[in-house]
Amino acid sequence: MSTLANRAGPFTHTVNTVTRTMLWVILALTPATAYGLWLYGWPAVMLFVITLVAALAFEAVMLVLLGQPVRARLLDGSALLTGWLLAMSLPPWAPWWIGVLGSLFAIVVAKHLFGGLGQNMFNPAMVARVVLLISFPVQLTMWVAPAPLGSTTTPSFGQALAYVSGYTPIPEHMSAATALGTLKTELSRGVSVEKTAAQLPQPQQLALGNESGSMGETSAMLLLAGGVLLLALRIISWHIPVSLLATLAVLAAVSHALHPDRFASMPIHLLSGAAMLGAFFIATDYVTSPVSRSGQLLFGAGIGALTWVIRALGGYPEGLAFAVVLMNALVPLIDRGFRPRVFGRSWRGTSLEAKSQPKIHI
Amino acid sequence: MSLFQVRGGVKLSYRKELSSESPIVHMPTPKRVCIPLQQHVGSPAEPVVEVGQWVGKGQLIGKSGRGISANVHASTSGIVTAIEDHVAPHPSGLTQLTVVIEADGDDRWAELPPPITADFPLPATPKELNDRVAAAGIVGLGGAAFPSAVKLDMRYKYSIDTLVINGAECEPYITCDDRLMRESASEIIDGVRIMAYALAVEQIIIAIEANKPKAVKAMRDAAKADRSIRVVTVPTRFPMGSAQHLLLAVTGRETPADKRTAEVGAVVHNVATARAVSCAIRRGEPLISRVVTVSGFGVREPANVEVPLGTSVEDLLAFCGGLHPVPTLLINGGPMMGAPLPSVHAPVVKGSSGVLALTAAEINEGPESPCIRCGKCVSACPAGLVPVEMAQLIKRGDLQGAKAIGSQDCIACGSCSYICPSHIPLAHYFSFANGKLNALDRDARRQDRIRSLIQARNERAAREAEMKKAAAAARKAAKAATAAAKAAATETTAASTTQMEETT
Ligand code: SF4
Ligand code: SF4
Repeated sequence: MSTLANRAGPFTHTVNTVTRTMLWVILALTPATAYGLWLYGWPAVMLFVITLVAALAFEAVMLVLLGQPVRARLLDGSALLTGWLLAMSLPPWAPWWIGVLGSLFAIVVAKHLFGGLGQNMFNPAMVARVVLLISFPVQLTMWVAPAPLGSTTTPSFGQALAYVSGYTPIPEHMSAATALGTLKTELSRGVSVEKTAAQLPQPQQLALGNESGSMGETSAMLLLAGGVLLLALRIISWHIPVSLLATLAVLAAVSHALHPDRFASMPIHLLSGAAMLGAFFIATDYVTSPVSRSGQLLFGAGIGALTWVIRALGGYPEGLAFAVVLMNALVPLIDRGFRPRVFGRSWRGTSLEAKSQPKIHI
Repeated sequence: MSLFQVRGGVKLSYRKELSSESPIVHMPTPKRVCIPLQQHVGSPAEPVVEVGQWVGKGQLIGKSGRGISANVHASTSGIVTAIEDHVAPHPSGLTQLTVVIEADGDDRWAELPPPITADFPLPATPKELNDRVAAAGIVGLGGAAFPSAVKLDMRYKYSIDTLVINGAECEPYITCDDRLMRESASEIIDGVRIMAYALAVEQIIIAIEANKPKAVKAMRDAAKADRSIRVVTVPTRFPMGSAQHLLLAVTGRETPADKRTAEVGAVVHNVATARAVSCAIRRGEPLISRVVTVSGFGVREPANVEVPLGTSVEDLLAFCGGLHPVPTLLINGGPMMGAPLPSVHAPVVKGSSGVLALTAAEINEGPESPCIRCGKCVSACPAGLVPVEMAQLIKRGDLQGAKAIGSQDCIACGSCSYICPSHIPLAHYFSFANGKLNALDRDARRQDRIRSLIQARNERAAREAEMKKAAAAARKAAKAATAAAKAAATETTAASTTQMEETT
């Protein structure tokens, strides 16, 4: 006898769930994260943990306030992932309150005030990064040279506590600008890009990630590996990463070929800064990207182009976060304009012409 | 042969291994069969037997109704004990007019039309073959149950050059066509050739999904009999068995929206239908049984069973060892496009490709959570729709908005619901919305009709009033004329004239 209530089909469903998706993304981020934490030592570990705990705490508070199922939503992994991505984009030795404020902006403002999971228009982690960068430009550009755990330069746990708590300022000799940052400052002093680039880490080193930069953005190689895993699992499709990186690469290559002393080369654009993290993990955020394949291509290309424009022509050395947020704003428009073609209809929506004419018109 | 790209679709867990290695077994005739008079698309058949009458196996009991319809035959010999409303295999639980036959156990055949056993070219005209197919009550056995003769008649309306035989069997669990192709390939090929002859087509393509290599081999071997037949392997991807999508995959022809495949010169028939055609022509036997896959983790002995039509699901399940004592949902058809059975008393009908007893674990429904805009429903939709957006509009009550972005092009395949990680019942929204829209349309049409009737009546009334007025005016004028004439005539003649005029 049928003892389950009658319901609508289909009567088989994918084993995939929101939680499973989020956990795979986190897993794919792990190698690059682990590398970043190792590379920047205890201060980075502390800031990472603080940011994640803050993100989860804000999420829990908001779910309670909004009367939503706390356990299920907290465990779906979305807040954890937001906190994770935010932490990865922060300067590794930033003070603790940067992580907490960032999580506040991301979870409370960008996510829940916009309607919660699935409703937020802007990528929460990138909103937080942009707001932090504008509000606290000093803390957000305090880059440090790699000081891997186990090396002689790495700060002890106690020193790390002092830096992260803001009790002790980061010593002068530890700070080091990022590749993109150096190029920008030197260019503003009249030093040609080509000349500066010669002193920067070589592409192989940039790919590996042994350089100054955000906590989890430096290892292009490990991020790429994580991205390929997500592609293989079909959690993301190739459309956004490929169009983003290709657009950035083409613009960088062409501009560099035309004006080598004014514009940085393609490897620098692709391998330093947030390009890889952004292409595979941030721009591909489901909620804030278009749903159709063609829309995704445009979206990715838009981010790639804006990133290059801001980096090369704007006032900031890095522009991916701005680019993502700007393109997020266009998503509703893109979704409306880029629907797939309906089966049996032309792009304009009219029924296709019959190829074989009816013998007798009836 | 190269295939053409078909967008969308999903990879499913097929679970065909539950029954794919079980050869087809014949179920003995049950004590009682309940044969609904509508097992097909179109109007119901009209009963041509009476209660108390003995009927032979294969005897006509329901004659094809008006318009698109199909004959219905007795699946065994016995006494008609009732012609009454009986539960039908439809989730609504609505009843249907059904002929109930108490079997006499003899399985005695009624008189059948003479078989045509000659080899090709057949000594019969396409028209004669069509009539035979129609008389045999054959409908599409893939599940759509569209009367086959109507499709074979398409050649009179369209120029048809291609016959596609659908052996895709893309629904999970279902293995009846797979077994049929492996066990009765030559019969199927014979039926295919008969249909090709009836349609006078140039090319015949038999399409089978790649997960059935044994069926492909058996069909290739049998197809050697006719060089115009090509057996093609298509990717295992739901809903490859949708006629329009299969046609696109094997010929590159895209059927226009709201139209039949015949519009692009092709007719698609199912493999089991082809076999039924062969039976009807070669042995004179009407469609009175079909192969049904009984499967799912709730069934003790999953099997492929040749079942007399009208057998109750209860009897069929008992024949398969009964159900495990776990809560299950009974499905008529496959898990993607099938529908829950309202009762175990519902009969097996022409369109029943499967009877599944599914446990909650297999269905894996999961609690609904918010849409995360992953876009998986968009890339899965074989109709090229944006399910996430349509569902939002429908939730907001904006049915016209959903219609404007194509909700009525939805083929109800369920791929979007299947793939959604948030377990949102998308397809359910669309069937709800389309049902509502159709009802609104019908309403609007009825309103239109009423309005035009009222308008016509008013116009008629106005016209009549006009005419009356005109007539009255004419009378007045005539009266005036006679009055004038009266002056010139005598009193008596004038009176008689007036009288005369009044009587006319
Ligand atoms: S598959 Fe589900 S979660 Fe993903 S976009 Fe569609 S409706 Fe939303
Ligand atoms: S049920 Fe309709 S909307 Fe959903 S995938 Fe199938 S055709 Fe597309």
